[in-house]
Order: sequence, then C-alpha cells, then structure tokens
Amino acid sequence: MTTIARTPPGQPRARPVRRSPLRRRRLVGLLVLVVLLLAACFASVAFGTKIIAFPQVWSALFAPTGTEDDIVVRALRIPRTVLGVLVGIALGLAGALIQGHTRNPLADPGLLGVNAGSAFFVVLGIYLFGVTSLLGYVWFAFAGALVASVVVFTLGSMGRGGPTPVTLALAGAALTFLLNALVSAVVLIDTDTLDAYRFWNVGSLAGRDSSIAGQVVGFLAVGAVLGLASAPGLNALSLGDDVARSLGHSVRRTRVLGIVAITLLAGGATAACGPIAFVGLVVPHAVRAFTGPDHRWLLPASGLLGAVLLLAADVLGRIVARPGELQVGIVLALVGAPFFIALVRRRKMVAV
Amino acid sequence: MSTALRRDPPRVPGRVPFRAAGFSAVWRPRTALVIAVGLVVLVLAMAVNIGRGEFPISIPEVLAVLSGSGDGGQRFIVLELRLPRSLTGALVGAALAVSGAIMQAIARNPLASPDIIGITWGASAAAVAVIVLGGSAGSVVGLLATTGLPIAALLGGLVSAALIYGLAWRKGVQGFRLVLVGIGINAALVALVNWLLIVARIYEAARAQVWLNGSLNARGWEHVLPVGIALAILVPAALILGFVLGGLQFGDDTARGLGIRVDLARTLLLLVAVGLAAIATASAGPIAFVALVSPQIAQRLVRSARPPLGASLVIGAALTVVADVVARTAFAGVELPVGIVTAVLGAPYLLYLLVRQGREARA
Repeated sequence: MTTIARTPPGQPRARPVRRSPLRRRRLVGLLVLVVLLLAACFASVAFGTKIIAFPQVWSALFAPTGTEDDIVVRALRIPRTVLGVLVGIALGLAGALIQGHTRNPLADPGLLGVNAGSAFFVVLGIYLFGVTSLLGYVWFAFAGALVASVVVFTLGSMGRGGPTPVTLALAGAALTFLLNALVSAVVLIDTDTLDAYRFWNVGSLAGRDSSIAGQVVGFLAVGAVLGLASAPGLNALSLGDDVARSLGHSVRRTRVLGIVAITLLAGGATAACGPIAFVGLVVPHAVRAFTGPDHRWLLPASGLLGAVLLLAADVLGRIVARPGELQVGIVLALVGAPFFIALVRRRKMVAV
Repeated sequence: MSTALRRDPPRVPGRVPFRAAGFSAVWRPRTALVIAVGLVVLVLAMAVNIGRGEFPISIPEVLAVLSGSGDGGQRFIVLELRLPRSLTGALVGAALAVSGAIMQAIARNPLASPDIIGITWGASAAAVAVIVLGGSAGSVVGLLATTGLPIAALLGGLVSAALIYGLAWRKGVQGFRLVLVGIGINAALVALVNWLLIVARIYEAARAQVWLNGSLNARGWEHVLPVGIALAILVPAALILGFVLGGLQFGDDTARGLGIRVDLARTLLLLVAVGLAAIATASAGPIAFVALVSPQIAQRLVRSARPPLGASLVIGAALTVVADVVARTAFAGVELPVGIVTAVLGAPYLLYLLVRQGREARA
C-alpha cells in the first residue's frame, strides 16, 4: 500500500532509483558519438590523397623521424583534423542554437545572414583590395558575419519583447537574399573576382594551415561556452516566450546570449573554411532522435555529431577523388542529403 | 507560426458575406484595396518599362497603344518588341508568388518557398549542367544553348519536385516533412551547381552565373505564351483550391473534421505550386526572392493569418516588373539581371514591414 501512497502536496517526491530509459539512451548516444569522433579523427589522420600504411602513420604520430610520410601526417593531416573538429563542433552547436532560438526546424546557421555577410565581405575584399590568400579572407569573412548578424538581430528585435522567432527568421532570410544579390552583382561585373570567389564559395578544409585554426579558435571557444550556458534558458524559451517570462527567465537576455554565440560560432567556422552548408541544419534533427528536446543534452551532442560529420565527409572527399579531392562542402551535401531525407522519413518529425 | 504575426484578434462579426450562385466568400475591403493598388502599380511599371529604350515612348502614348490606338510605328515597337518582355516579367512574378504563397500556407512556415525547397535549384542545376557540360562537349552550342535551356530547366524543376514529393510520401504528405525533404534535396543541388561552377572553364562559369541570376532580356512572345497558358490553367485552380487552405491552417485533424480531404487537397495544391515554379524558372531563370517575399509582404499588407493568394499574385507581378525597370535603368549601359534587383528591392521593404509591425505592436 505504501508504494502507491500519493505524496502529499508540498513534499518533494523521492527520486526513483532506476535510471529512466531516456537518460540511458542519452548517455549511450553521447558515448557512441565520442567513439565515432575518435574513429573519425583517426581516419582523418590515416587516410588521404597520399596512401600511407598504418605502421608509418603510427610512427609518424609517436616517433617521427622526418621522413616524407611523417611530414605529411604531422604538418598537413593533424592540423587539418584539428580544424575539422573545431569547425564541426562550431557548426553543429550553432545549428542547434539557431533552431532553438527561432523555433524553426528549417533554420540553419546561415539563416542569420552569417554566411551571406561573410561571402559579401570576401567578395568586396577580392574586388576592392585584391585579397586572394585564405589568411586574408579570414578577417573579411568574420567582419561580414558580425555585421550581418548584428543587422538581422537589430531589425528582428524591433518588435515587442525583443526578437520573436518569426521576425528573426524573416529578417535573416531577407538579408541573406539581399547580400547574395549584391555578391552576384559584383561577380557579374568582374570575372576575376568570380574566378577567385567560386573556389572560396565551396567550403573546404584543404589548404588551411594551422595559423587559420589559431586565429579562430578563441572566437569558437567563447561562442561554445556562451552557447552551452544558454541551454536552460532555451529550454524555457521552447515553451513560448510568455511561459518563459512567467517562469522568471529573461527572454531578451537569453536571446542576446544565443545570437552572440551563434555569430561567434558560425562566423568563425565560415571565416576558417568558407560556407559549409547542411551540418548545422541536419545535425540537430539527427541528435534529437536520442536526446529529445532538452537543450542541455541536445547542444553538446550536436557539437559532437557536427565534428564527426564534417571529418567523415572530409575523409571521403579525399578518398573518392584521388589523386585530387572533392571539397568537403560538396561531399556533405551529396552524401548528407540522402541520410537526412531517410531520417526525415523514418521518424515522426517533432516540431521544435 | 502565423499566430505570432496577427496584430489583433480576428473580428469575425462585422464581416460582410458575399454570395453568388453556390459560391460564397467573405468581403475583405483591405484585400480588395491591396489588389487594386498593386494592379495600378503593375500597369504603370509596365508602361514605364515599355517606354524605355532606343526610341523613348511616353507613358500616355504607351497606354494609348495598349488600349488599341496609337500610330503604326509605335504599335510595332510596343506590341512586338517591348510588351513581351514586361508581360513575361509580370507572369513569371505572379507564378512565383502564388507558388510561394501556397507552399508557405501548406507548411505553415514562411521559409517554405520554391527557392528554398529545391524546385528552383533543380531547374538551375539542369540548366547549368547544359551550359557547362554542353559547352565542353562542344557539340551542343547553338541549338541546345538557346532552346534547350528552358526545356532542361523545366525538366530539372519537375524531376526534383517529383523526387521531393516521392521521398516525402508516407501515408500521405505532411507539409512539414515535404519542406524538410525539399531542403535536403536543395542542399545537394546547390552543391552540384557549385561543383559544376568549379570544374567549368571560367567563360562557362560566367555564363552560368548570368543564367543563375535570372533575366528577362530578349524575351519575346514565344516566352510569354507558355507561361501565360500555364497561369491561365494553374492560377484559377489555385484560387479554387485556395479555399481549403484556411481549413488546413488548423492542422490535419481539425481540417478533416471540417470536411476537407486533406491529402487530396494538399497533393493538388502542391502540384499547382510546383508547376508554377518550374515554368516560371524555365522561362526567366531563377528570379530570386519573389516567391519568398511576395506572400509575406501581401500577408502583412492584407493583415491576414496566412499568405493570401490573390494579393500575393499581384504583388509578385508588380515587384518583378518594377525590378526590371530598375535593372534596366540603374546603371547606364550595364543591364543588371532582374533577379538581383528583386532581392535588393524586396528585402528592405520586407524588413521595413517587420520593423513597422513591431512598432505598432509596441504602441
């Protein structure tokens, strides 16, 4: 009888000792993601355009002697892998954040105008200042991302109670189309700019040396911390702005925090590698399958899966197109699309 | 989605019903006003657009020719040379806007429009493939480059739409699933186009870039006809089917309770939307943003709960023709593709409406 006695109101109910299946599923899911990430990192170091046997990879990692294989692994593949992990985490996190903030499952980090802003500034850099090096693009791209998302956020938050999901999404879409049109205008006028820009416009991890990762890692780290910190606030926001307010959350503060995080993450990633679509859109949907809608789980898991996805696509692009390579942005879309569609078909989709 | 946009609760009492021979509707003065003003803007923009060129013709003269008078030389220039271009613009803009309005209403999401879910890009991918691969093959220079492009684009749009629909089908099509599948397909198509631009020689890449921006240049009667016929069939169909869009806004169960055959209605509406978008893209290239922005502007001007079809149609047509006027006059000597100008004109206006709406809500 005592077991089914109802707890009197006002007393906290005793926590069940048995772990709930949801919690177990989340933990297993996170564990699987960590294992996958390690595997992807190894693959990224081991496989490439140049075929290097595993023993040589091993010795290059732990007992380098300065052979050509050692140099390829240590000077090219390790920095590339590190950059892939950083950018992948950033894109996955940014995707989960923007979908949460706009309550729009169709949103991706590019929606705030981040990618379009970067592209526009990069094109201006090429056209006006003749910048052609990747290192030169980074700062233009980052400045563009910042400017664009500040504009979108300002315009989207003119309404009552700060930015609503709908105004954010529409302001972002409007600015994105506007900036893309301006980019088109410039590359139409000037063929040389088109020639340089079309290669930046396909996201890639290739040819980025470790200095680029070094330049953006600070932004990405701050963005990640801010983003993860906004998880509880996002959970409240997902009940609707009014409910969140009545629960004592500052809707405006959570939004500002989130937008700053998204800008740092997506802007840093785009600056480092060019626009990489799809990761930010797909990852949160895939992760929700085992985490459910709780952002405290969804955000870290999205970051992990983003890194796995980006590295896997990068390795695949190196293997399938030997002796050249396919850019990671292209591989992601061509390989990721079928997976994403299968995912959408398989599950009863939850609206965010 | 749309509840957040409504400024005040709907006043159902006080609406005047309108009935005629088994057909009934609600009389909405605001909608009528928006459509009327839109039509005036459209006619004036067309007149200005037709008047510009080597032989300038004044607006009154253009209007005279259009109403059936005017002298022979002017009649030839207007009717044979310049009218088709403006008409193509108006028809294409109208088609894109109606297509966007239907999709946004079905998915109940303002981001659902043909240029986001892969129909427009399907058409673009096919066209760019013809430009890039046809050019390097060398055999398909003359014929396919001129007449082949629209046909390739139309096929591309229809094939990708069929693919999206087929993949989204599971015991019926939910608007939401359809849009997500569409975004997936779209991403793959965008990547394909970018890849084609990389492998292309720079000359072909530049040509593809021009097509990708959409243009009304050198459009003659042969372009007006297909779009006109398609619109004549599909727009009435959309307006008739549009009556169930209101019911569909409540979600599937409620809509079924209201007596709507949900899957059938949605399938037919989507077919109409896809047809409109594919034909429009085939005849003028992917004119950006019209499909997304026109329904949203119309919804805010009319103050309705969902994108209205009639007002969207007029606004889409007016926006495209006005953009064409600007594209031809903004830079002397250089003609911008109209697709660039639609975004440059439409985006700030949508942003202005958003900001104004916010201010009114706060006041």
